[in-house]
Amino acid sequence: MSFLADYVHYVGSFGLVLIGLYIVLVKSNLIKVIIGINLIDTGVNLFLVSVGYIRMGTAPIFSEAEAAGRQMVDPVPQALVLTAIVIGVSVVALALSVAIRLYEHYGTLDLGKIRELKW
Amino acid sequence: MRKALSLVVLLVLALGLASALRGPSIGAEANRGELLDDQKVNFGRRYNSRAVEETGASNVVASVLVTYRGLDTLGEVTVLFIAALGLAVLLHTGRDRKSGKEAEPPSLILFTGCRFVFPLILLFGAYIFVHGHLTPGGGFQGGAVVASGFLLIYLGCRGRQPDRERLNVVESLSGVAFVVIGLIGLAVGGSFLLNFLPKGSPYALLSAGIIPVVYVLIGFKVGCELGGIVGDLSGARR
Amino acid sequence: MIIFQTFLLAAMLVAAICAAAFRDLMNAVIACALVSLTASIIFYFLQAPDVAMAEATIGAGLTTGIFIFAIRRTARQEEDEKSS
Repeated sequence: MSFLADYVHYVGSFGLVLIGLYIVLVKSNLIKVIIGINLIDTGVNLFLVSVGYIRMGTAPIFSEAEAAGRQMVDPVPQALVLTAIVIGVSVVALALSVAIRLYEHYGTLDLGKIRELKW
Repeated sequence: MRKALSLVVLLVLALGLASALRGPSIGAEANRGELLDDQKVNFGRRYNSRAVEETGASNVVASVLVTYRGLDTLGEVTVLFIAALGLAVLLHTGRDRKSGKEAEPPSLILFTGCRFVFPLILLFGAYIFVHGHLTPGGGFQGGAVVASGFLLIYLGCRGRQPDRERLNVVESLSGVAFVVIGLIGLAVGGSFLLNFLPKGSPYALLSAGIIPVVYVLIGFKVGCELGGIVGDLSGARR
Repeated sequence: MIIFQTFLLAAMLVAAICAAAFRDLMNAVIACALVSLTASIIFYFLQAPDVAMAEATIGAGLTTGIFIFAIRRTARQEEDEKSS
C-alpha cells in the first residue's frame, strides 16, 4: 500500500512513455506513429509535473480567502510543462501535414512501402 | 523480428527506469528543500515566497512564465510560429488539387448553432487570458479555447470560413508587440522583458506590471495561430 | 484519494494500450483523447490547475480535431495489414 502512494505516478508516466515507444518502433502506419509520439509527450509531461508535487501541498496561486498555511507545490515544472504541451501540439500538426503530403505523393501511408518506393 | 527486438529494447528501458523507484517518492521531504538562501537553493520555494512582492501577480506560475522565465515563453512563441509557417508552406504548395469529394452543405440547425456559440467561446477564452495573473489560466489556455472556437466554425459551418488575412495580421501584430514590449523593457531598465509597468495591489485586475499585457498578446497570438493551423489542415481554400 | 489516482492511472494505461491495439485509426485517436483527458484530471490532483486546463483544451480538444482532419484528408479509415 505504501508502494502505491509512493511511486504510482512514476509507474504510470513511465508506462505511457514505454507504450508510446512501442508504437513508434513496431507499427507501420504513419498516423499510428504520430499517435505514439503524442503519447510519449503526454507521459513525459505527467512525469515532470509529478516530480514537483509536495505531499499535502496546495496549488501555487495566492487567493484572498486562504491563510497560506500549507506549503505550495513547485511552480517551475508547471511552467515548463505548459511550454511543452504547446510545443507538442505544434510538432503533431507539422508531422501530420508531412503525412498528408506523403499520402498525396505515394498513395499510401505504410512506412514499409514508402521506403521501398524510394529505391 | 522487429517486434521481438523492440520488446527486448523496451524491457531493458523498463528495468533502467525501474531504478528510479528506489529514489525519492512522490511528494517526499527531499522536494521541500530545507534552506532557502545559502546552501540549498530550491528555486520553487524562492519563487513561491517572493513572487507577490517582486511581480505583484497572484498566480505564481504566470509570474514564472512571463517574468522569471520570459525568454522561454518567447522561444515557445517562436517555435509555434515556425510550426505554423512550415505547415502552411507544406499544405499550400504543389499542384492545385481538385478535391473530388465535396461535402454536402451543413444543415440549418448546425450552421446557426455554431454561429451562435462561437462568440460565447471567444468571450470565455478572452476571460481566461485577461485574468491570467489572478486565477488559474493564462495566455496559452485562453488562446487554446479561442482556437477551439475556430475549430467549431471549421467543422460546422462549411460555407462561411473565417477571414484568413485578418487572422494573419492579428497574429503577426501580437508577436511583434510582444518583442516590442521586451525591447521597451531593455530601453527603460536595462534587461530584456523587464517588468517596467507599476505593480499595483495584488488581486486587482490592473496589477502585476506587464504580465496581463503579455498574456493578452500571447492569447491573441496562440489563438489565431492554432486557428490558422486547424484551418490549413481542414483543407479550406484561402 | 490515492486509490482514485491509481484508478485513473490504470485507466490511462488501458486507454494507451487500446490506442496501440486498435486497427481503425478513428478509434485509436479517440483512445488518445481519453489518455489526454485522464492525464488532465491527474494534473488537477497533483495541484496543477494551469497544466490541467492546458492539457484538457490542447490535448483532448485541438489534437483530436487535428488528427481527425488529417485522417479525413488521407482518406484512410483502416490501418493497413501490419508488416512487422
